[in-house]
Amino acid sequence: MTTLTKPEGAPAPTGPDSFLSVRDLKVQFSTEDGIVKAVDGLSFDVERGKTLGIVGESGSGKSVTNLTILGLHNPASTTVDGEIVLDGKELVTATEKELEQLRGNKMAMIFQDPLTALSPYYTVGRQLSEPYMKHTGASKKEARDRAVQMLEKVGIPQPKTRFDDYPHQFSGGMRQRAMIAMALMCDPDLLIADEPTTALDVTVQAQILDLLKDLQQEFGSAIIFITHDLGVISNMADDLLVMYAGRAVERGTVKEVLRTPQHPYAWGLLSSMPRLDGDIDEALTPIPGSPPSLLNPPTGCAFHPRCAFTGEVSGSLCTDARPSLADGRASACHLSAEQKQTIFIDKIQPRLR
Amino acid sequence: MFQFIIRRTVGAVVTLFLIGASTFFLFVAAPSDYASLACGKDCTPTRLEEIRTALGLNLPIAQQFWDFMSGIVMGRDFPTGHCAAPCLGQSFYSGDMVWDTIMDRFPLTLSLTVGALTVFLIVGLGAGMVAAYKRGSVTDKIATGSSMVLSSFQIYFLGPIALTVLVYQTGWMEDPKYVPFTQDPVGWLVGLSIPMVVMATIFTAQYTRMARASMIEQLAEEHVRTARAKGMSQKYVFFRYAWRGSLIPIVTVLGIDISALLGGGVVTELTFSLQGIGRLAVNGAVTKDLPLTMGVMLFGAFFILILNILTDIVYAYIDPRVRLS
Repeated sequence: MTTLTKPEGAPAPTGPDSFLSVRDLKVQFSTEDGIVKAVDGLSFDVERGKTLGIVGESGSGKSVTNLTILGLHNPASTTVDGEIVLDGKELVTATEKELEQLRGNKMAMIFQDPLTALSPYYTVGRQLSEPYMKHTGASKKEARDRAVQMLEKVGIPQPKTRFDDYPHQFSGGMRQRAMIAMALMCDPDLLIADEPTTALDVTVQAQILDLLKDLQQEFGSAIIFITHDLGVISNMADDLLVMYAGRAVERGTVKEVLRTPQHPYAWGLLSSMPRLDGDIDEALTPIPGSPPSLLNPPTGCAFHPRCAFTGEVSGSLCTDARPSLADGRASACHLSAEQKQTIFIDKIQPRLR
Repeated sequence: MFQFIIRRTVGAVVTLFLIGASTFFLFVAAPSDYASLACGKDCTPTRLEEIRTALGLNLPIAQQFWDFMSGIVMGRDFPTGHCAAPCLGQSFYSGDMVWDTIMDRFPLTLSLTVGALTVFLIVGLGAGMVAAYKRGSVTDKIATGSSMVLSSFQIYFLGPIALTVLVYQTGWMEDPKYVPFTQDPVGWLVGLSIPMVVMATIFTAQYTRMARASMIEQLAEEHVRTARAKGMSQKYVFFRYAWRGSLIPIVTVLGIDISALLGGGVVTELTFSLQGIGRLAVNGAVTKDLPLTMGVMLFGAFFILILNILTDIVYAYIDPRVRLS
């Protein structure tokens, strides 16, 4: 867990252990209604060969963060502050040309919905070959061989004939496999998977997750795995970051966060998850309220309007002061460590059992 | 694909037949006696009967219909002479063969269409794409603003202005006239340049707006973002990924526009005092000249059907998902 011990606003580490390091990232969109703070002071690290899971509700800034890493935000309406350092290379200030060289090559992304994320107008093979030819300078023939090899690796039957198929001739699971093959064409060191299994049924989902794990072992890539499925994350990730309203509210190893969550939002997330061995009549406990508007985020702790435990915090701390996220295993909440433990043991744990 | 074209062609022939039939029976059902119209004021019953016979109006309706339809395929004989296939009949008034009249007027309509089409496709699609590429820039604002203004103009507004300025006041150009392309290509272009440009201006404005909107929509597609995430350059993504999809709505409208243009534009022809298919159609309807009206109608319908089939073929070429079904 050395990666999680760095202080939050500290300069980017240059050590070999932290392959990707995000420091105090702020992403703001200017819209007609005002400025949307989609990501507001986010920091994290990912090591080679490790997987960082990011969970959170829709609109919590997960996807924006990762699109920003790739530089795929719209520069006209977006301002990005902070640092993103990939293997010693600063990405926030990088030019479009430099980013083009990295995208699909050193860092690649697997998108959520493979039906809309693959172009309907070109064959799967062509879409796979393109980045390989661009980044490695390979010939069409070499790119074809490589693409067929990758299609085979992700488990697509008869890859040689399938190469010439269009995405609509693939099934949903096969499209997602093709998408993964595409991301892996150039052996990326960083792989960002944005809810790669959400659109798939459970059996296919399990196959895809196994595939990703196998490929990670083989290539040693760092993976950022975005999801809102806590079951998937416990299976996939090493470290976990819980995001709420554009900020990290809790982080730790997957085991730590899922077994002994510290933040009221994480408690809510876990309590709202159905259990396979639970009683059928047992009601799920949803988090009350709805995600905050990022146009006008709540003052103080962004979670306070939905938090059941603000009464336990002295004074008006929750509505006035924004809790900071300490280093390492930590949660951004005004409750004291003892309070968190007591509440968790008394009120939350029984719900999870 | 081949099967598809065959199927569509058969469908088109059936449609043409139905259009012909419905026009024919509508006219027959209309309470007008062409013979007495043609006979004029000092009509004697003998003269009227002669005219009726000459026009074939005293034959049974079914016979008249058969003569008309079979004439299109095989040609037919009139008292005044033979009418070769495709025979659309003989005008009640001028006595000219309808097909010959149409062929006499069509080169003008075709010339205007080709000229305007070339300009508005290149300029309109080009400007729309540049505007989409530089969305929000000054270029975009100029393109959007001017196309907004121009597309709300009409030919009968821009046309007289162009004529007044270029012809009557400055004398830089002559009145628009048609010179066959085969005779004098330069004269052809110069003679028709004013109507071509005026028509093209209005279409250009529409196509600029359409191309821009369609392109912006495509650029927001997820697969376009995926292409960027693969490290493909902005230009490559723009021209390979976004452009292709953006063509589909444009092709749809283009097919309709071309068939409408080939069917003749009355307003354009009247504005510039030209004799095209559009005027022919109006004349036929006003004088209740059944063969002429039916002929022009079928001629226009033919283009609508052909352009429909062509549009579908282009769809299949652009989007592989269409090819299977």
